[in-house]
Amino acid sequence: MKNTVEHPLKKYFRGEINYTTCSGCGNGIISQSILRAIDEIAIIFDQIAFVSGIGCSGWIPSPSFNTDVLHVTHGRSIAFATGLKLAAPQMKVIVCAGDGDTGAIGGNHFIHAARRNIDLTVVCVNNGIFGMTGGQVAPTTPYNSVTTTTPYGSIERPFDLSNLAIAAGATFVARWTTYHARSLKNSIKKAIEHKGFSFIEVISQCPVQYGKVIGMRNDPVSMLMHYKECAVNINKAKNMSADELKDKIIVGELVEKKNIPELTDEIKRLRREVSRK
Amino acid sequence: MQNKKYSIRKTDFIQGNIACAEGAIAAGCKFFAGYPITPASEIAHHMSRRMFEEEGTFIQTEDEIAAIANIIGASWGGVKSMTATSGPGISLMLENIGLAVVTETPCVIVNVQRGGPSTGSPTIAFQGDMLQPKFGSHGEYQIIALVPSSPQEMFDFTVTAFNKAERYRVPVFILADALVGHMRERVDFPFEDEIVLDERKKLETYQGTHQKIFLDEDVAPMPIFGKGLKANITGSTHKEDGFRNVSDPKIMDNAIKKLSNKILKHKEDIIAVEEKYLEDAEVAIFSYGLVYRAVLETVNTARSEGLKVGSFRPITIWPFPQEQVEELSKKVKTIIVCENNLGQIYPFVKAAANGNAKIIFLPPKILGALYKQEEILNKIKEVIS
Repeated sequence: MKNTVEHPLKKYFRGEINYTTCSGCGNGIISQSILRAIDEIAIIFDQIAFVSGIGCSGWIPSPSFNTDVLHVTHGRSIAFATGLKLAAPQMKVIVCAGDGDTGAIGGNHFIHAARRNIDLTVVCVNNGIFGMTGGQVAPTTPYNSVTTTTPYGSIERPFDLSNLAIAAGATFVARWTTYHARSLKNSIKKAIEHKGFSFIEVISQCPVQYGKVIGMRNDPVSMLMHYKECAVNINKAKNMSADELKDKIIVGELVEKKNIPELTDEIKRLRREVSRK
Repeated sequence: MQNKKYSIRKTDFIQGNIACAEGAIAAGCKFFAGYPITPASEIAHHMSRRMFEEEGTFIQTEDEIAAIANIIGASWGGVKSMTATSGPGISLMLENIGLAVVTETPCVIVNVQRGGPSTGSPTIAFQGDMLQPKFGSHGEYQIIALVPSSPQEMFDFTVTAFNKAERYRVPVFILADALVGHMRERVDFPFEDEIVLDERKKLETYQGTHQKIFLDEDVAPMPIFGKGLKANITGSTHKEDGFRNVSDPKIMDNAIKKLSNKILKHKEDIIAVEEKYLEDAEVAIFSYGLVYRAVLETVNTARSEGLKVGSFRPITIWPFPQEQVEELSKKVKTIIVCENNLGQIYPFVKAAANGNAKIIFLPPKILGALYKQEEILNKIKEVIS
């Protein structure tokens, strides 16, 4: 007799869905990390809303996750999530965004949400490229990379999205790669439970588009091993020189600040004060 | 201010923009997002104080793109929401206005129009954005837009805008202009119990993966977030259950037609026009918004001189009152279209008249300086003689 075991995360999926990502994509690892984090916190899934934008990262929650999912325009997911969170502050709102969403078209919403310290969790899938549209250079693509729009090599310096979040005032910031699935899950757990703006940057493989750039086309395993080799934990990195850290990926929980006023709490306080007048 | 509730004092002498904000509050608006811009900022000023008094939320966003995104997000959170801006802000919002249309999100967008294009003339009244609500976002869609001509109507029409938004799950525009927004006039506030409010039809319980939450010509129930309704909302072309399908033309055909028909099927309820002295009129003047005030004065003068002139004024400009204009064109010999632009609505009047009457476009001599009475009166006399 065939012994079937149901996947422990199946209950979180809408069902009847054809998963849209390419084989070897990091989205699967990130989806699982998010759902395992939620499963371990034991929060009711109906109390969580997901907001995503346009780009491959948008397909992590939409339409697969069996809760409220708002799949919006490119780069604006954080702005939509802000309105939703302000109107329904009792909900946990998680944004799945890409590096194009956060670093390019939606950069403004990203830094301002961090500044406001609104209680959102942003999981940013950073694959270093515009994957869905055909492998164009992104604001996160390393210098001198050959992409479909930088045939001579890119001449712009990339953004460090986690540092950008920290500089803008995010109160919880962590960076991992898809190789570090368990650490990623643990940080997502912390981020969801953190009161304030939390930003999780996940360096994720796009074997189809970014794989071409680094000579690992359709070879996700090599890309993951590459992440393993390049990753340096923040605790170790603190004692390393800039030269030593060149081409390394600093991973770990980079910032955790508590007791910084959170926007929806501030609004509640304001309403109370106004009603007393 | 003592009159915290608008219902305490029955009348006030206030600015159009303030009347608009109070209209929103009377309609139950609990969320305002906006970005500073002349000549609409007074709405944000007022809301920044009043929203917190009303247990609501005000946020000054990082840009207008975020403002429209915020009010759409808030609407899915279950509250009535509004933003107010001027032309440049609307230009930035257009992509997400399309998202509001396709996700059938009730919300109200106020455009206090100024001179354009580009930065233009921020404090000059101009009816330059009349086509923008209907045609500005890409694709094919129907939307509702109302055109007030006074502070009183800024209040009244904003209440109506919320009601139509709720009833049809659609963004509704208030197309004011700099002068209507900035002029001060007496406004009579109805008491709270005199205001009839529409509330969106909500999905009560989860109906399964393929629950019908979109694309009903009689308006599908809206699954508000956080209620365990597992809403599946996307800006991609989708079916009634919200599942995207972007490869089958039949699905796209169904989505576009149902979205449009949801508005067009209910045109009788949505479209409002105001007709004056048309029973025996040979000439009708078609005008709206601020221009309508000048036209009505002129028509009164013309009538006192025995000229058979009437006024036709669309209150709802989108959907365009096609049938009403066609009827008008069968009654009168000539329709003079007066609008403070180079003829944005004129072609729609001409198309609706379909040759039944002569259609003349009469712009003001100086755009933004509006009409001198003789300009309109001379044209009426020229046409009648």
